[in-house]
Amino acid sequence: MAQISPDVDLLPSEIDSFIIDVRESRPRGLARVLSMVENGHPSSSMILHSLYNPDRQVKTIGVTGPPGAGKSTLVNLLIDYWRKLNRKVGVIAVDPSSPFSGGALLGDRVRMQTHASDPGVFIRSMGSRGHLGGLSGATRDALEVLTSASYDPVLVETVGVGQAEVEVASIADITLLVLVPGLGDEVQTMKAGIMEIADVIVLNKADRPGIEQLETAVNASLEFVDDRTVRPRVIRCSAQTGEGIDNLTSAVDSLLSSEVVGQDNAKRRTTLILNGIIREKGSDLAKKIISEKYGSINGAIDSVLSGETTPYMIGEMFTGFLEGIQEKDNGSKQD
Amino acid sequence: MDRRIRILIGKPGLDGHDRGAKYIARALRDAGMEVIYTGIRQTPEAIANAAIQEDVDFIGLSLLSGAHNYLFPEVARLLQEKGAADIILFGGGVIPEEDIPALKKAGFKAIFTPGTAASEVIDFIQNEFQSG
Ligand code: B12
Ligand SMILES: Nc1nc2c(ncn2[C@@H]2O[C@H](COP(=O)(O)OP(=O)(O)OP(=O)(O)O)[C@@H](O)[C@H]2O)c(=O)[nH]1
Ligand SMILES: [Mg+2]
Repeated sequence: MAQISPDVDLLPSEIDSFIIDVRESRPRGLARVLSMVENGHPSSSMILHSLYNPDRQVKTIGVTGPPGAGKSTLVNLLIDYWRKLNRKVGVIAVDPSSPFSGGALLGDRVRMQTHASDPGVFIRSMGSRGHLGGLSGATRDALEVLTSASYDPVLVETVGVGQAEVEVASIADITLLVLVPGLGDEVQTMKAGIMEIADVIVLNKADRPGIEQLETAVNASLEFVDDRTVRPRVIRCSAQTGEGIDNLTSAVDSLLSSEVVGQDNAKRRTTLILNGIIREKGSDLAKKIISEKYGSINGAIDSVLSGETTPYMIGEMFTGFLEGIQEKDNGSKQD
Repeated sequence: MDRRIRILIGKPGLDGHDRGAKYIARALRDAGMEVIYTGIRQTPEAIANAAIQEDVDFIGLSLLSGAHNYLFPEVARLLQEKGAADIILFGGGVIPEEDIPALKKAGFKAIFTPGTAASEVIDFIQNEFQSG
Protein backbone atom coordinates (compact mmCIF):
# COMPACT_ATOMS: atom_id res chain seq x y z
CA MET A 1 0.00 0.00 0.00
CA ALA A 2 1.30 3.42 -0.91
CA GLN A 3 2.51 5.79 1.79
CA ILE A 4 0.13 8.58 2.71
CA SER A 5 1.73 11.94 2.56
CA PRO A 6 1.26 13.63 5.90
CA ASP A 7 -0.01 17.08 5.01
CA VAL A 8 -1.71 16.63 1.66
CA ASP A 9 -5.45 16.06 1.28
CA LEU A 10 -6.39 12.71 -0.19
CA LEU A 11 -8.18 12.56 -3.52
CA PRO A 12 -11.92 11.87 -3.28
CA SER A 13 -11.33 8.47 -4.87
CA GLU A 14 -8.72 7.63 -2.23
CA ILE A 15 -11.10 8.68 0.53
CA ASP A 16 -13.81 6.47 -0.96
CA SER A 17 -11.53 3.51 -1.10
CA PHE A 18 -10.49 3.94 2.55
CA ILE A 19 -14.16 4.15 3.54
CA ILE A 20 -14.79 0.85 1.79
CA ASP A 21 -11.76 -0.67 3.53
CA VAL A 22 -13.21 0.35 6.90
CA ARG A 23 -16.75 -0.84 6.15
CA GLU A 24 -15.44 -4.22 4.95
CA SER A 25 -12.95 -4.30 7.84
CA ARG A 26 -9.92 -4.83 5.61
CA PRO A 27 -7.06 -4.69 8.11
CA ARG A 28 -4.53 -2.65 6.14
CA GLY A 29 -6.85 0.17 5.10
CA LEU A 30 -8.62 0.18 8.46
CA ALA A 31 -5.27 0.50 10.23
CA ARG A 32 -4.25 3.35 7.91
CA VAL A 33 -7.47 5.22 8.65
CA LEU A 34 -6.85 4.81 12.39
CA SER A 35 -3.41 6.35 11.91
CA MET A 36 -4.83 9.27 9.92
CA VAL A 37 -7.35 9.90 12.69
CA GLU A 38 -4.70 9.58 15.37
CA ASN A 39 -2.29 11.91 13.56
CA GLY A 40 -4.92 14.48 12.61
CA HIS A 41 -4.40 13.99 8.87
CA PRO A 42 -6.19 16.75 6.89
CA SER A 43 -8.55 14.17 5.31
CA SER A 44 -9.48 12.42 8.54
CA SER A 45 -12.53 14.63 9.22
CA MET A 46 -13.93 13.82 5.79
CA ILE A 47 -13.53 10.09 6.45
CA LEU A 48 -15.08 10.33 9.94
CA HIS A 49 -17.92 12.36 8.45
CA SER A 50 -18.68 9.66 5.89
CA LEU A 51 -18.55 6.89 8.48
CA TYR A 52 -20.63 8.64 11.14
CA ASN A 53 -23.90 6.98 11.97
CA PRO A 54 -25.61 8.32 15.11
CA ASP A 55 -27.78 5.22 15.40
CA ARG A 56 -24.92 2.78 15.48
CA GLN A 57 -25.81 -0.10 17.80
CA VAL A 58 -22.32 -1.30 18.68
CA LYS A 59 -21.64 -1.80 22.37
CA THR A 60 -18.52 -0.27 23.90
CA ILE A 61 -16.85 -1.22 27.16
CA GLY A 62 -14.27 0.85 29.02
CA VAL A 63 -11.74 -0.91 31.23
CA THR A 64 -9.87 1.27 33.69
CA GLY A 65 -7.90 0.92 36.92
CA PRO A 66 -4.44 1.41 38.39
CA PRO A 67 -1.26 0.29 36.60
CA GLY A 68 -0.76 -3.48 36.62
CA ALA A 69 -4.25 -4.26 37.98
CA GLY A 70 -4.78 -6.84 35.24
CA LYS A 71 -6.79 -4.75 32.77
CA SER A 72 -5.16 -6.28 29.68
CA THR A 73 -5.39 -9.80 31.07
CA LEU A 74 -9.11 -9.27 31.72
CA VAL A 75 -9.65 -7.75 28.28
CA ASN A 76 -8.06 -10.89 26.86
CA LEU A 77 -10.55 -13.07 28.75
CA LEU A 78 -13.47 -10.91 27.60
CA ILE A 79 -12.27 -11.28 24.00
CA ASP A 80 -12.29 -15.07 24.53
CA TYR A 81 -15.84 -14.90 25.76
CA TRP A 82 -17.20 -12.96 22.77
CA ARG A 83 -15.15 -14.91 20.24
CA LYS A 84 -16.83 -18.10 21.48
CA LEU A 85 -20.13 -16.39 20.66
CA ASN A 86 -18.71 -15.61 17.22
CA ARG A 87 -18.67 -11.85 17.70
CA LYS A 88 -15.97 -9.74 16.04
CA VAL A 89 -14.16 -7.91 18.83
CA GLY A 90 -12.27 -4.61 18.64
CA VAL A 91 -9.83 -3.33 21.24
CA ILE A 92 -8.21 0.07 21.71
CA ALA A 93 -5.46 -0.09 24.30
CA VAL A 94 -4.00 3.20 25.51
CA ASP A 95 -0.63 3.43 27.25
CA PRO A 96 1.12 6.56 28.49
CA SER A 97 3.41 8.56 26.21
CA SER A 98 6.60 9.82 27.76
CA PRO A 99 6.25 13.53 28.52
CA PHE A 100 9.98 13.90 27.86
CA SER A 101 10.56 12.13 24.57
CA GLY A 102 6.98 11.87 23.28
CA GLY A 103 7.69 8.17 22.68
CA ALA A 104 5.67 5.35 24.19
CA LEU A 105 6.10 1.70 25.04
CA LEU A 106 2.81 0.09 24.12
CA GLY A 107 2.79 -3.27 25.88
CA ASP A 108 -0.83 -4.23 26.36
CA ARG A 109 -0.68 -6.74 23.50
CA VAL A 110 1.66 -8.94 25.52
CA ARG A 111 -1.36 -10.06 27.57
CA MET A 112 -3.62 -10.44 24.53
CA GLN A 113 -1.42 -12.81 22.58
CA THR A 114 -3.95 -15.61 22.32
CA HIS A 115 -5.87 -13.57 19.75
CA ALA A 116 -2.94 -12.27 17.74
CA SER A 117 -3.64 -14.49 14.71
CA ASP A 118 -7.42 -14.32 14.86
CA PRO A 119 -8.90 -12.25 12.00
CA GLY A 120 -12.03 -11.71 14.12
CA VAL A 121 -10.10 -9.57 16.60
CA PHE A 122 -8.64 -6.14 15.84
CA ILE A 123 -6.35 -4.67 18.47
CA ARG A 124 -4.92 -1.18 18.21
CA SER A 125 -2.45 0.33 20.70
CA MET A 126 -2.31 4.09 21.16
CA GLY A 127 0.04 6.38 23.08
CA SER A 128 -1.74 8.99 25.19
CA ARG A 129 0.31 11.71 23.37
CA GLY A 130 0.02 14.24 26.15
CA HIS A 131 -3.73 13.89 26.65
CA LEU A 132 -4.77 13.63 30.29
CA GLY A 133 -7.70 11.55 31.45
CA GLY A 134 -6.45 8.05 30.69
CA LEU A 135 -7.14 8.16 26.95
CA SER A 136 -5.52 9.83 23.96
CA GLY A 137 -7.09 12.79 22.19
CA ALA A 138 -8.02 10.57 19.25
CA THR A 139 -9.44 7.60 21.17
CA ARG A 140 -13.02 8.75 20.75
CA ASP A 141 -12.65 9.05 16.99
CA ALA A 142 -10.75 5.75 16.75
CA LEU A 143 -13.73 4.16 18.49
CA GLU A 144 -16.02 5.57 15.78
CA VAL A 145 -13.78 4.01 13.12
CA LEU A 146 -13.61 0.57 14.74
CA THR A 147 -17.34 0.44 15.32
CA SER A 148 -17.90 1.41 11.67
CA ALA A 149 -15.83 -1.63 10.75
CA SER A 150 -18.50 -3.77 12.43
CA TYR A 151 -16.45 -4.83 15.41
CA ASP A 152 -18.98 -5.35 18.17
CA PRO A 153 -18.27 -5.04 21.02
CA VAL A 154 -15.28 -2.71 21.20
CA LEU A 155 -13.24 -2.56 24.40
CA VAL A 156 -11.18 0.46 25.43
CA GLU A 157 -8.37 -0.09 27.93
CA THR A 158 -7.15 3.15 29.55
CA VAL A 159 -3.68 3.90 30.83
CA GLY A 160 -3.28 2.94 34.48
CA VAL A 161 -5.22 5.75 36.07
CA GLY A 162 -5.18 7.87 39.16
CA GLN A 163 -8.27 9.46 40.55
CA ALA A 164 -9.26 12.27 38.29
CA GLU A 165 -9.01 10.21 35.14
CA VAL A 166 -12.56 9.20 34.44
CA GLU A 167 -12.92 10.20 30.81
CA VAL A 168 -13.43 6.66 29.54
CA ALA A 169 -16.85 6.54 31.19
CA SER A 170 -18.03 9.29 28.89
CA ILE A 171 -17.13 7.43 25.70
CA ALA A 172 -18.07 3.88 26.69
CA ASP A 173 -21.51 2.34 27.23
CA ILE A 174 -20.34 0.61 30.37
CA THR A 175 -17.18 0.98 32.41
CA LEU A 176 -15.30 -1.61 34.43
CA LEU A 177 -13.04 -0.38 37.22
CA VAL A 178 -10.39 -2.96 38.05
CA LEU A 179 -9.01 -2.93 41.60
CA VAL A 180 -6.59 -5.29 43.31
CA PRO A 181 -5.60 -6.30 46.86
CA GLY A 182 -3.34 -3.80 48.56
CA LEU A 183 -5.39 -0.80 47.49
CA GLY A 184 -7.51 -0.76 50.66
CA ASP A 185 -6.39 2.65 51.88
CA GLU A 186 -6.58 4.17 48.45
CA VAL A 187 -10.14 2.96 48.02
CA GLN A 188 -11.12 5.02 51.04
CA THR A 189 -10.10 8.19 49.27
CA MET A 190 -11.30 7.11 45.87
CA LYS A 191 -14.98 7.31 46.66
CA ALA A 192 -15.40 10.89 45.57
CA GLY A 193 -14.32 10.34 42.00
CA ILE A 194 -13.54 7.21 40.18
CA MET A 195 -15.88 4.83 42.06
CA GLU A 196 -18.88 6.70 40.75
CA ILE A 197 -18.08 6.19 37.10
CA ALA A 198 -17.97 2.41 37.31
CA ASP A 199 -20.81 0.11 36.31
CA VAL A 200 -18.84 -2.88 37.52
CA ILE A 201 -16.07 -2.82 40.09
CA VAL A 202 -13.85 -5.80 39.39
CA LEU A 203 -11.88 -7.05 42.37
CA ASN A 204 -9.13 -8.82 40.45
CA LYS A 205 -6.28 -10.99 41.71
CA ALA A 206 -8.67 -12.72 44.10
CA ASP A 207 -6.00 -15.43 44.30
CA ARG A 208 -3.87 -12.97 46.26
CA PRO A 209 -4.01 -12.24 49.99
CA GLY A 210 -5.88 -9.08 50.92
CA ILE A 211 -8.91 -9.64 48.72
CA GLU A 212 -11.23 -9.68 51.77
CA GLN A 213 -9.96 -6.32 52.98
CA LEU A 214 -10.34 -4.90 49.48
CA GLU A 215 -13.94 -6.07 49.24
CA THR A 216 -14.75 -4.63 52.66
CA ALA A 217 -13.16 -1.30 51.77
CA VAL A 218 -15.00 -1.11 48.44
CA ASN A 219 -18.37 -1.95 49.95
CA ALA A 220 -17.81 0.53 52.77
CA SER A 221 -17.00 3.32 50.37
CA LEU A 222 -20.01 2.50 48.19
CA GLU A 223 -22.29 3.10 51.17
CA PHE A 224 -21.53 6.78 50.80
CA VAL A 225 -22.49 6.79 47.16
CA ASP A 226 -26.13 7.46 47.82
CA ASP A 227 -26.96 9.97 45.14
CA ARG A 228 -26.87 7.53 42.30
CA THR A 229 -29.70 5.34 41.19
CA VAL A 230 -27.69 2.28 40.21
CA ARG A 231 -24.91 1.09 42.45
CA PRO A 232 -22.01 -0.56 40.67
CA ARG A 233 -21.88 -4.32 40.86
CA VAL A 234 -18.89 -5.62 42.73
CA ILE A 235 -17.35 -8.81 41.35
CA ARG A 236 -14.45 -10.77 42.71
CA CYS A 237 -12.33 -12.70 40.23
CA SER A 238 -8.89 -13.80 39.21
CA ALA A 239 -7.76 -13.31 35.66
CA GLN A 240 -4.97 -15.73 36.44
CA THR A 241 -6.93 -18.74 37.74
CA GLY A 242 -10.20 -17.97 35.94
CA GLU A 243 -12.14 -17.94 39.22
CA GLY A 244 -15.17 -15.63 39.03
CA ILE A 245 -14.72 -14.78 35.34
CA ASP A 246 -18.12 -16.31 34.52
CA ASN A 247 -19.73 -13.91 36.99
CA LEU A 248 -17.94 -11.03 35.33
CA THR A 249 -18.98 -11.93 31.79
CA SER A 250 -22.59 -12.48 32.76
CA ALA A 251 -22.69 -9.14 34.62
CA VAL A 252 -21.22 -7.37 31.61
CA ASP A 253 -23.62 -9.13 29.28
CA SER A 254 -26.69 -8.32 31.32
CA LEU A 255 -25.65 -4.66 31.59
CA LEU A 256 -25.06 -4.45 27.85
CA SER A 257 -28.45 -5.88 27.04
CA SER A 258 -30.27 -3.80 29.64
CA GLU A 259 -32.58 -1.01 28.58
CA VAL A 260 -30.46 1.64 30.26
CA VAL A 261 -27.46 1.10 28.02
CA GLY A 262 -28.12 2.35 24.54
CA GLN A 263 -30.79 4.75 25.70
CA ASP A 264 -29.78 8.22 24.60
CA ASN A 265 -26.78 6.64 22.99
CA ALA A 266 -27.13 8.62 19.76
CA LYS A 267 -27.59 11.86 21.64
CA ARG A 268 -24.81 11.18 24.11
CA ARG A 269 -22.28 10.34 21.38
CA THR A 270 -23.22 13.27 19.21
CA THR A 271 -23.03 15.70 22.15
CA LEU A 272 -19.68 14.33 23.17
CA ILE A 273 -18.15 14.54 19.73
CA LEU A 274 -19.49 18.03 19.12
CA ASN A 275 -18.17 19.23 22.49
CA GLY A 276 -14.77 17.85 21.60
CA ILE A 277 -14.84 19.68 18.30
CA ILE A 278 -15.93 22.94 19.94
CA ARG A 279 -13.00 22.71 22.37
CA GLU A 280 -10.52 21.94 19.63
CA LYS A 281 -11.71 24.36 16.97
CA GLY A 282 -12.59 27.05 19.50
CA SER A 283 -9.05 27.09 20.76
CA ASP A 284 -7.64 27.08 17.20
CA LEU A 285 -9.87 30.01 16.35
CA ALA A 286 -8.92 31.97 19.46
CA LYS A 287 -5.22 31.46 18.72
CA LYS A 288 -5.76 32.65 15.18
CA ILE A 289 -7.56 35.81 16.25
CA ILE A 290 -4.90 36.65 18.83
CA SER A 291 -2.11 35.97 16.34
CA GLU A 292 -3.76 38.20 13.78
CA LYS A 293 -3.62 41.13 16.15
CA TYR A 294 -0.26 40.47 17.85
CA GLY A 295 1.65 38.54 15.18
CA SER A 296 1.75 35.39 17.31
CA ILE A 297 0.83 34.09 20.76
CA ASN A 298 4.33 35.06 21.86
CA GLY A 299 3.71 38.50 20.42
CA ALA A 300 0.68 38.82 22.67
CA ILE A 301 2.74 37.72 25.68
CA ASP A 302 5.39 40.31 24.83
CA SER A 303 2.73 43.01 24.65
CA VAL A 304 1.59 42.11 28.14
CA LEU A 305 5.17 42.08 29.44
CA SER A 306 5.89 45.46 27.93
CA GLY A 307 2.88 46.87 29.76
CA GLU A 308 0.74 47.57 26.68
CA THR A 309 -2.11 45.30 27.71
CA THR A 310 -3.11 42.51 30.08
CA PRO A 311 -4.30 38.96 29.38
CA TYR A 312 -7.79 40.09 30.44
CA MET A 313 -7.86 42.89 27.90
CA ILE A 314 -6.91 40.34 25.23
CA GLY A 315 -9.85 38.26 26.45
CA GLU A 316 -12.13 41.29 26.11
CA MET A 317 -11.24 41.38 22.42
CA PHE A 318 -13.41 38.31 21.99
CA THR A 319 -16.46 40.00 23.46
CA GLY A 320 -16.13 42.63 20.78
CA PHE A 321 -15.54 39.99 18.15
CA LEU A 322 -18.67 38.03 19.11
CA GLU A 323 -20.78 41.19 19.16
CA GLY A 324 -19.48 41.88 15.67
CA ILE A 325 -20.74 38.49 14.55
CA GLN A 326 -24.14 39.11 16.15
CA GLU A 327 -24.51 42.47 14.44
CA LYS A 328 -23.73 40.85 11.12
CA ASP A 329 -26.35 38.17 11.79
CA ASN A 330 -28.99 40.73 12.68
CA GLY A 331 -28.01 42.78 9.70
CA SER A 332 -28.49 39.92 7.31
CA LYS A 333 -31.89 39.11 8.83
CA GLN A 334 -33.16 42.63 8.13
CA ASP A 335 -32.09 42.42 4.51
CA MET B 1 -0.19 16.67 11.73
CA ASP B 2 1.24 14.64 14.61
CA ARG B 3 3.12 11.84 12.88
CA ARG B 4 5.34 9.60 15.03
CA ILE B 5 7.54 6.68 14.05
CA ARG B 6 5.74 3.46 15.00
CA ILE B 7 7.72 0.26 15.46
CA LEU B 8 6.82 -3.26 16.45
CA ILE B 9 9.45 -5.18 18.41
CA GLY B 10 8.70 -8.88 18.32
CA LYS B 11 10.19 -12.21 19.27
CA PRO B 12 9.14 -15.04 16.97
CA GLY B 13 9.45 -18.68 17.97
CA LEU B 14 10.20 -20.26 21.30
CA ASP B 15 13.22 -18.17 22.29
CA GLY B 16 12.75 -16.71 25.77
CA HIS B 17 15.75 -14.32 25.80
CA ASP B 18 13.96 -11.00 26.02
CA ARG B 19 16.50 -8.66 27.61
CA GLY B 20 17.87 -7.35 24.33
CA ALA B 21 14.39 -6.81 22.84
CA LYS B 22 13.20 -4.91 25.91
CA TYR B 23 16.38 -2.86 26.05
CA ILE B 24 15.96 -1.82 22.42
CA ALA B 25 12.22 -1.16 22.90
CA ARG B 26 12.88 1.22 25.79
CA ALA B 27 15.70 2.98 23.95
CA LEU B 28 13.44 3.62 20.96
CA ARG B 29 10.71 4.97 23.23
CA ASP B 30 13.23 7.32 24.79
CA ALA B 31 14.12 8.46 21.28
CA GLY B 32 10.50 9.57 20.79
CA MET B 33 9.13 6.56 18.92
CA GLU B 34 5.95 4.61 19.60
CA VAL B 35 7.02 1.05 20.23
CA ILE B 36 4.57 -1.83 20.26
CA TYR B 37 6.13 -4.66 22.22
CA THR B 38 4.33 -7.96 21.69
CA GLY B 39 6.29 -10.18 24.05
CA ILE B 40 7.92 -13.59 23.59
CA ARG B 41 6.69 -16.71 21.80
CA GLN B 42 4.96 -15.12 18.84
CA THR B 43 4.22 -16.92 15.61
CA PRO B 44 5.36 -15.13 12.43
CA GLU B 45 1.67 -14.89 11.53
CA ALA B 46 0.85 -13.10 14.81
CA ILE B 47 3.72 -10.67 14.28
CA ALA B 48 2.65 -9.85 10.71
CA ASN B 49 -1.00 -9.37 11.75
CA ALA B 50 -0.11 -7.18 14.70
CA ALA B 51 2.19 -5.04 12.55
CA ILE B 52 -0.62 -4.45 10.06
CA GLN B 53 -3.25 -3.63 12.70
CA GLU B 54 -0.85 -1.26 14.42
CA ASP B 55 0.14 0.34 11.08
CA VAL B 56 3.82 0.35 11.99
CA ASP B 57 6.58 1.77 9.83
CA PHE B 58 9.13 -0.80 11.01
CA ILE B 59 9.33 -4.29 12.49
CA GLY B 60 12.37 -5.20 14.57
CA LEU B 61 12.73 -8.92 15.34
CA SER B 62 14.91 -10.32 18.08
CA LEU B 63 16.28 -13.87 18.28
CA LEU B 64 19.08 -15.41 20.32
CA SER B 65 18.15 -19.06 19.89
CA GLY B 66 19.52 -19.71 16.44
CA ALA B 67 16.17 -20.08 14.64
CA HIS B 68 16.52 -16.80 12.71
CA ASN B 69 17.28 -18.42 9.35
CA TYR B 70 13.74 -19.77 9.18
CA LEU B 71 11.68 -17.39 11.33
CA PHE B 72 13.00 -14.05 10.01
CA PRO B 73 12.35 -14.80 6.29
CA GLU B 74 8.97 -16.27 7.21
CA VAL B 75 7.83 -12.92 8.65
CA ALA B 76 9.05 -11.23 5.44
CA ARG B 77 7.11 -13.72 3.32
CA LEU B 78 3.88 -13.19 5.28
CA LEU B 79 4.15 -9.41 4.99
CA GLN B 80 4.52 -9.79 1.23
CA GLU B 81 1.51 -12.13 1.14
CA LYS B 82 -0.61 -9.67 3.14
CA GLY B 83 0.31 -6.68 0.99
CA ALA B 84 2.48 -5.10 3.63
CA ALA B 85 5.93 -5.40 2.06
CA ASP B 86 6.45 -1.65 2.54
CA ILE B 87 6.98 -2.18 6.29
CA ILE B 88 10.75 -1.99 6.86
CA LEU B 89 12.23 -5.08 8.51
CA PHE B 90 15.33 -5.29 10.65
CA GLY B 91 16.53 -7.61 13.37
CA GLY B 92 19.02 -8.38 16.07
CA GLY B 93 20.34 -10.94 18.52
CA VAL B 94 22.86 -13.75 18.44
CA ILE B 95 23.22 -14.04 14.67
CA PRO B 96 26.42 -15.32 13.04
CA GLU B 97 28.05 -13.01 10.45
CA GLU B 98 27.71 -15.66 7.74
CA ASP B 99 23.91 -15.73 8.05
CA ILE B 100 23.50 -11.99 7.54
CA PRO B 101 23.74 -11.81 3.70
CA ALA B 102 20.88 -14.30 3.26
CA LEU B 103 18.72 -12.38 5.75
CA LYS B 104 19.40 -9.16 3.88
CA LYS B 105 18.40 -10.86 0.68
CA ALA B 106 15.16 -11.96 2.35
CA GLY B 107 14.32 -8.30 2.99
CA PHE B 108 16.04 -7.37 6.26
CA LYS B 109 17.57 -3.92 5.96
CA ALA B 110 19.93 -4.40 8.92
CA ILE B 111 20.93 -6.95 11.56
CA PHE B 112 22.35 -5.85 14.92
CA THR B 113 24.48 -8.33 16.88
CA PRO B 114 25.48 -8.38 20.60
CA GLY B 115 27.23 -5.25 21.76
CA THR B 116 25.26 -2.94 19.48
CA ALA B 117 24.73 0.51 21.01
CA ALA B 118 21.13 1.72 21.01
CA SER B 119 22.24 4.89 19.21
CA GLU B 120 23.25 2.84 16.14
CA VAL B 121 19.75 1.39 15.94
CA ILE B 122 18.14 4.81 16.41
CA ASP B 123 20.32 6.33 13.67
CA PHE B 124 19.41 3.50 11.31
CA ILE B 125 15.69 3.98 11.91
CA GLN B 126 15.78 7.75 11.55
CA ASN B 127 17.76 7.52 8.31
CA GLU B 128 15.41 4.95 6.84
CA PHE B 129 12.36 6.94 7.91
CA GLN B 130 13.63 10.11 6.28
CA SER B 131 14.57 8.42 3.04
CA GLY B 132 11.35 6.35 2.90
C1 B12 C 1 21.20 -13.97 29.85
C2 B12 C 1 21.14 -15.25 29.03
C3 B12 C 1 20.14 -16.14 29.36
C4 B12 C 1 19.05 -15.85 30.39
C5 B12 C 1 17.93 -15.05 29.66
C6 B12 C 1 17.17 -14.06 30.52
C7 B12 C 1 16.22 -13.27 29.70
N1 B12 C 1 15.00 -13.14 30.18
O1 B12 C 1 16.53 -12.75 28.62
C8 B12 C 1 18.62 -17.29 30.77
C9 B12 C 1 19.49 -17.76 31.92
C10 B12 C 1 17.13 -17.47 31.16
C11 B12 C 1 19.02 -18.06 29.52
C12 B12 C 1 18.48 -19.27 29.17
C13 B12 C 1 18.88 -20.01 28.07
N2 B12 C 1 19.90 -19.71 27.23
CO1 B12 C 1 20.82 -18.05 27.25
N3 B12 C 1 22.00 -16.61 27.27
C14 B12 C 1 22.08 -15.51 27.99
C15 B12 C 1 23.31 -14.69 27.58
C16 B12 C 1 24.42 -15.00 28.60
C17 B12 C 1 23.14 -13.20 27.51
C18 B12 C 1 21.93 -12.71 26.71
C19 B12 C 1 21.57 -11.30 27.11
O2 B12 C 1 20.58 -11.07 27.82
N4 B12 C 1 22.38 -10.32 26.70
C20 B12 C 1 22.15 -8.91 27.00
C21 B12 C 1 21.28 -8.30 25.89
C22 B12 C 1 21.08 -6.81 26.15
O3 B12 C 1 21.97 -8.49 24.68
P1 B12 C 1 21.31 -9.16 23.40
O4 B12 C 1 20.09 -9.90 23.71
O5 B12 C 1 22.38 -9.82 22.60
O6 B12 C 1 20.85 -7.86 22.58
C23 B12 C 1 21.77 -6.99 21.96
C24 B12 C 1 21.99 -7.29 20.49
O7 B12 C 1 21.98 -8.66 20.20
C25 B12 C 1 20.93 -6.52 19.78
N5 B12 C 1 19.59 -7.05 19.68
C26 B12 C 1 18.99 -8.11 20.23
N6 B12 C 1 17.70 -8.20 19.85
C27 B12 C 1 17.47 -7.17 19.03
C28 B12 C 1 16.34 -6.78 18.34
C29 B12 C 1 16.38 -5.66 17.54
C30 B12 C 1 15.16 -5.23 16.84
C31 B12 C 1 17.60 -4.93 17.43
C32 B12 C 1 17.64 -3.73 16.60
C33 B12 C 1 18.71 -5.31 18.11
C34 B12 C 1 18.66 -6.43 18.91
O8 B12 C 1 20.88 -5.33 20.55
C35 B12 C 1 21.08 -5.64 21.94
C36 B12 C 1 21.89 -4.53 22.53
O9 B12 C 1 23.20 -4.58 22.07
C37 B12 C 1 23.62 -15.29 26.18
C38 B12 C 1 25.06 -15.27 25.74
C39 B12 C 1 25.43 -13.97 25.08
N7 B12 C 1 26.55 -13.47 25.45
O10 B12 C 1 24.70 -13.45 24.24
C40 B12 C 1 23.11 -16.73 26.32
C41 B12 C 1 22.62 -17.49 25.07
C42 B12 C 1 21.78 -16.54 24.21
N8 B12 C 1 21.77 -18.52 25.67
C43 B12 C 1 21.89 -19.64 25.07
C44 B12 C 1 21.17 -20.81 25.44
C45 B12 C 1 21.54 -22.09 24.68
C46 B12 C 1 20.19 -20.79 26.44
C47 B12 C 1 19.34 -21.97 26.90
C48 B12 C 1 18.78 -22.86 25.79
C49 B12 C 1 20.20 -22.74 27.89
C50 B12 C 1 19.62 -24.07 28.38
N9 B12 C 1 20.12 -25.12 27.81
O11 B12 C 1 18.75 -24.04 29.22
C51 B12 C 1 18.21 -21.29 27.70
C52 B12 C 1 16.95 -21.06 26.81
C53 B12 C 1 16.00 -20.03 27.37
C54 B12 C 1 14.78 -19.83 26.53
N10 B12 C 1 13.59 -19.99 27.09
O12 B12 C 1 14.85 -19.51 25.37
C55 B12 C 1 22.85 -19.60 23.88
C56 B12 C 1 22.15 -19.58 22.53
C57 B12 C 1 22.92 -20.47 21.54
C58 B12 C 1 22.64 -20.23 20.09
N11 B12 C 1 22.13 -19.13 19.65
O13 B12 C 1 22.96 -21.11 19.34
C59 B12 C 1 23.68 -18.31 24.22
C60 B12 C 1 24.19 -17.56 22.97
C61 B12 C 1 24.84 -18.75 25.11
C62 B12 C 1 25.85 -19.62 24.35
N12 B12 C 1 26.94 -19.05 23.91
O14 B12 C 1 25.62 -20.79 24.20
N13 B12 C 1 19.97 -17.40 28.82
N1 LIG D 1 -1.92 -13.23 40.70
C1 LIG D 1 -2.58 -12.65 39.72
N2 LIG D 1 -1.91 -11.96 38.77
C2 LIG D 1 -2.61 -11.36 37.78
C3 LIG D 1 -4.02 -11.45 37.70
N3 LIG D 1 -4.43 -10.75 36.62
C4 LIG D 1 -3.31 -10.25 36.05
N4 LIG D 1 -2.21 -10.63 36.74
C5 LIG D 1 -0.81 -10.27 36.45
O1 LIG D 1 -0.61 -8.89 36.73
C6 LIG D 1 0.35 -8.33 35.85
C7 LIG D 1 -0.23 -7.11 35.14
O2 LIG D 1 -1.29 -7.53 34.31
P1 LIG D 1 -1.81 -6.66 33.10
O3 LIG D 1 -2.98 -7.33 32.52
O4 LIG D 1 -0.68 -6.32 32.20
O5 LIG D 1 -2.24 -5.34 33.89
P2 LIG D 1 -2.73 -3.93 33.30
O6 LIG D 1 -3.69 -3.38 34.27
O7 LIG D 1 -3.18 -4.11 31.91
O8 LIG D 1 -1.38 -3.11 33.32
P3 LIG D 1 -1.08 -1.69 32.61
O9 LIG D 1 -1.71 -1.72 31.26
O10 LIG D 1 0.41 -1.66 32.55
O11 LIG D 1 -1.65 -0.64 33.52
C8 LIG D 1 0.73 -9.45 34.88
O12 LIG D 1 1.90 -10.03 35.31
C9 LIG D 1 -0.43 -10.42 35.00
O13 LIG D 1 -0.07 -11.74 34.69
C10 LIG D 1 -4.71 -12.20 38.71
O14 LIG D 1 -5.93 -12.33 38.73
N5 LIG D 1 -3.94 -12.77 39.68
MG1 LIG E 1 -2.50 -3.17 30.15
